[in-house]
Amino acid sequence: MYDISKCYQAKDAADAVRALMEDETAIVISGGTDVLIQVREGKLAGASLISVHGLPELTGIRMDEDGTLVIGAAETFSHITNHPLIQTYAPVLGEAVDTVGGPQIRNMGTIGGNVCNGVTSADSASTLMTFDAVLELFGPEGVRLVPVRDFYLSAKKTVRRQNEILLSVQIPKSEYEGYTGKYIKYGKRNAMEIATLGCAVRVKLSPDHTALEDLRIGFGVAGPVPMRCTETEAAAKGRKLDESLINEIGKGVLAEVHPRSSWRATKEFRLQLVEELVKRAFREAVEKGGGSFDA
Amino acid sequence: MLEILHMNVNGKDVEIPVEPGESLVDTLRNRLHLTSVKKGCEVGECGACTVLIDGEAVDSCLYLSTWAEGKRILTVEGLKAPNGELSRIQQAFVDEAAVQCGFCTPGLILSAVEIVGTGKKYSREELRKLISGHLCRCTGYENILNAMERIVEETYKVAGHE
Amino acid sequence: MGVGESRKRVDAFAKVTGEARYTADLMPEGLLVAKVVHSTIANGWVKSFDLSEALAVPGVVKIVTCMDVPDLPFPTPGHPWSVEPAHQDVRDRKLLNRRVRVYGDDIAAVIAENELAAVRAARLVKAEYEEYAPLLTVEQAMAPEATAVHEEKPGNVLAHSEFTVGEIPYEEAVREDGLTFVDRVYETHPVQHCHLEVPVSYAYEAEGKIVVTTSTQIPHIVRRVISQALGIPVGKIRVIKPYIGGGFGNKQDVLYEPLNAYLCQQVGGRGVKLELTREETLACTRVRHGLKFHLQGAARKDGTLVARKLTVWSNQGGYASHGHAIAANAANMFKQLYQDEKALECECYTVYTNLTTAGAMRGYGIPQSCFATECLTEDMAYAIGMDPLEYRLKNCSKAGYTDPHLGIGFHSYGLEEAMKKGAQWIGWEQKRKDYENQTGPVRRGVGMAIFCYKTGVYPISLETASCRMILNQDGSMQLQMGATEIGQGADTVFTQMAAEVTGITEDNIYIQSTQDTDVTPFDTGAYASRQTYVSGMALKKTGELFREKILDYAAYSTKRAAEDLTIRENQVVEKETGAPVAALAKLAEEAFYSLDRSVHLTAEATAHCKVNTFASGACFAEVEVDIPLAKVRVLKLVNVHDSGTLINPKLAEAQVHGGMSMGLGYALSEEMLYDQKGRPLTDNLLDYKLPTAMDSPDLHVEFVELEDPTGPFGNKALGEPPAIPVAPAVRNAVLHATGVAVDELPLSPGRLSEAFRKAGLM
Repeated sequence: MYDISKCYQAKDAADAVRALMEDETAIVISGGTDVLIQVREGKLAGASLISVHGLPELTGIRMDEDGTLVIGAAETFSHITNHPLIQTYAPVLGEAVDTVGGPQIRNMGTIGGNVCNGVTSADSASTLMTFDAVLELFGPEGVRLVPVRDFYLSAKKTVRRQNEILLSVQIPKSEYEGYTGKYIKYGKRNAMEIATLGCAVRVKLSPDHTALEDLRIGFGVAGPVPMRCTETEAAAKGRKLDESLINEIGKGVLAEVHPRSSWRATKEFRLQLVEELVKRAFREAVEKGGGSFDA
Repeated sequence: MLEILHMNVNGKDVEIPVEPGESLVDTLRNRLHLTSVKKGCEVGECGACTVLIDGEAVDSCLYLSTWAEGKRILTVEGLKAPNGELSRIQQAFVDEAAVQCGFCTPGLILSAVEIVGTGKKYSREELRKLISGHLCRCTGYENILNAMERIVEETYKVAGHE
Repeated sequence: MGVGESRKRVDAFAKVTGEARYTADLMPEGLLVAKVVHSTIANGWVKSFDLSEALAVPGVVKIVTCMDVPDLPFPTPGHPWSVEPAHQDVRDRKLLNRRVRVYGDDIAAVIAENELAAVRAARLVKAEYEEYAPLLTVEQAMAPEATAVHEEKPGNVLAHSEFTVGEIPYEEAVREDGLTFVDRVYETHPVQHCHLEVPVSYAYEAEGKIVVTTSTQIPHIVRRVISQALGIPVGKIRVIKPYIGGGFGNKQDVLYEPLNAYLCQQVGGRGVKLELTREETLACTRVRHGLKFHLQGAARKDGTLVARKLTVWSNQGGYASHGHAIAANAANMFKQLYQDEKALECECYTVYTNLTTAGAMRGYGIPQSCFATECLTEDMAYAIGMDPLEYRLKNCSKAGYTDPHLGIGFHSYGLEEAMKKGAQWIGWEQKRKDYENQTGPVRRGVGMAIFCYKTGVYPISLETASCRMILNQDGSMQLQMGATEIGQGADTVFTQMAAEVTGITEDNIYIQSTQDTDVTPFDTGAYASRQTYVSGMALKKTGELFREKILDYAAYSTKRAAEDLTIRENQVVEKETGAPVAALAKLAEEAFYSLDRSVHLTAEATAHCKVNTFASGACFAEVEVDIPLAKVRVLKLVNVHDSGTLINPKLAEAQVHGGMSMGLGYALSEEMLYDQKGRPLTDNLLDYKLPTAMDSPDLHVEFVELEDPTGPFGNKALGEPPAIPVAPAVRNAVLHATGVAVDELPLSPGRLSEAFRKAGLM
């Protein structure tokens, strides 16, 4: 039994926003796997909840006419992983959300919740950063589109207002076409984990697969919010694929990240992981794209 | 304030009052007396409360009962044949000594139902991932995986597709 | 039929259908709900409470605080009671405590009409404290300025003991030229049992008694301790133990049952339930003791072990619980596993601190001891340049060894054979060579560890058990054991034993799984790997008596001599020829309803066990170490057990799987962590890293099955041993792979990365 003052099941997105406007203390609940835990811990005890659980407007995965991939915010992780569009056009995102918790949690937790709770360890977030995904927020003034790179303000704080809900996560065609990627989650266990570090790397190779046309590096838990390593990306663009490039990327990202020590892992160990994981993820992403480092 | 919830549980339509903050595990245990649904952590970390909702394995502790409106719920109480015979999955758990204290067993059996229901063939490594949302302290998962492998294999032979 | 067969569990059907009822499944409607209020400091006193806000929560019935409870300190460990005051368990806690000794100590309890009200009110209870510096390590607790956690133990040493083996002291024994020395500190940290079912109970008064239904391994001991804690006679208390979702030693302590009974009294005997959360279970019940060992050893170049010395400090936490027995047990195995040519010295300290109270956990000090002992053994073998297997075979205890102090011996001996079997399975010789001189970031290694483990607690404590058999009208049997099923398969093996002794087939034996102290014969319960041995003796004795009584009746009924008859497969038959004489069903019906001679055939007997025997075994592990990621993957793992005759081979193997998994968690990931204030950081199953299926390798099990002459069916200890040798085997395999000896558990990424960095590997 959860200690909540009420839980209103919204009829649709507009109804959810109306309910949020009516009760300024209300918070949005979708899959429940974060919010309910906080209710039980007492952090959100007595909360007034507006549920967007399973709203048809927030579910479904589709491709728009311009090729944009649109993922409903209330889609569960397992649906995303198993969806043909994701498997075809953005498999790395499906792989990333397939590392969240365990199978049951992946049948419950949603991508919208994962992004909106604002935590740096969210397994979808670092990958979405590398896609330059766009978040479709809906509020009293209608829809606004926010690039995921502008979404995070600080730990657990985002630009989403209390009376806004996330409708969808969108990935433009230019951001997925021609890329291959790899997400590596590091946890103490191989399942049921919050990432000690998460690293997503996506690459676009030259047509002959010997050089790097584009590179995207995203990290979770390498700072207070999910982040990109744009300087390292820029320095690596256009480079020939060879072992020295891997090492340069490994060293390069160290200058851009700022992980902290906690009882779960020291800063030193996280930095070690940052370097090691980006190298491994980069190598795999390149190999998936048909490139190699043998030359 | 109570709300009336309509769902189908183990093949039977039910209509029961629930409170706003009630979790599905509480509703199933306390109102419907389906006590196979176990509570081990209440926060989705152990898998003991796993039930199938519209065929998908879910931690019922983290699921508000009101969300179950119109849904189909399955617990192990719904698995036995009308003549009292065990389902093949249950029988595999018995035969392979996959049961010890029995507290994780109902949840694991339900995940097995979901997995077997796909008709796909899985490697032992894939099965490890598919049951990784269940903690078991008695078995080291060894005989549970043996039971799962057996039943996946049997099902695949009958109705399988890749 | 009988022992030695892999029969299916008698409770499997109930457990796969959800018909098996555990404590929370049996609760009647309308129970009041109790929630314990836990201290938010680790060391100090409760000065006062402000209950006003908590009492104002609608639905609150009563709040009881540490100011109200009776001044009756009581002990909690699941030991047989000693009638000699000097050997009685330490009585050092009350139902609720003003003197706060651990973070999360029980200081008050709320009783409410429903769970929400109880939780809300518990959060609103305000306590004012006098706070002392938390004592988290034995060093802090033994420092001169440390506050006394218990005022009757200034200095915080709960107990200290020492013993020696050999004629001369260690220092003198090692005054020899050419010896190789190892002198190191090995350390283990607290871990938790993590049985899937949390501790839960409910209590009500009926017919002048307090009835407590609870998830415990030790119902009869729970009854005695409730009596001690509440100051009411044992006969006024009835304890019922249904199916339980694992215990692993945590439920071999009396946890919250006395408080539950007391709270029931406080509301006029109304039913009250007390169910812990997972967080409370991890933080406020019991953990495995963290033990710190200083070990020294000296050996000759030819591999002869000359002398060893052990000093161990056991972090007891806030309350005595099982107390010094753990450290003493740890030192005993250090002594028993190897034979020093000249001298052995052991010294043990058990020290109160402000960490979570440590108690019994599968292996009772021996997993810690095995880690330290087998690290030292490995490090000595490396130091003299000898193969670790060869070094162990040379120095381990041999057949015929008897502990010089306790008189416990190997009445059957399979230790060397276990080592050889395991080595062969893992490919020891080849892999030790193959994995030499690796240089890459990912390296492999093989390692091993051995152990010995006694069966039950004799001669340290009393060993007693009893059994009752009742013949039904249809010739079937009701079997009642005081011994408890806790998931390990006790009910199944008892059923097989009863079939073996009486000739009644398993399908005609109905074991009563639930213990009810009003009905069930006495037994101290499931712990110390004792039940198949000690309770098995009671069953055998009872079975023989039962069979004798049936045959006496058969002799009367058929006018034959009882000594010429026996029972096979539910038939009374001629002993010599096997020719049928009477169906048991027919005979039983006659015995019940005979107008001539009606006899209700029952038997009951107590076994007072005054013998003990060592079980032993070995673990071999092959690992792959990813050095840059500080991660260990176990590729192959085998446990080989010398546990006597197996009553049910398939269930025995299943028991070993579970122990190996627990050992793996101990080796690699599990650890209770606390912040500077003593607040637990890992009090949930996300941060406390129990292995998932994805963290577990295939678990291979082998047995060296030798009949033990002291066991009732040739059997000896099996329940706890599987958890013992895995962690040191993994540590030694990592050492082989990387050359880095990690002397502290678990080998978690944090600890490994530090060790690799120090060794220049990172």
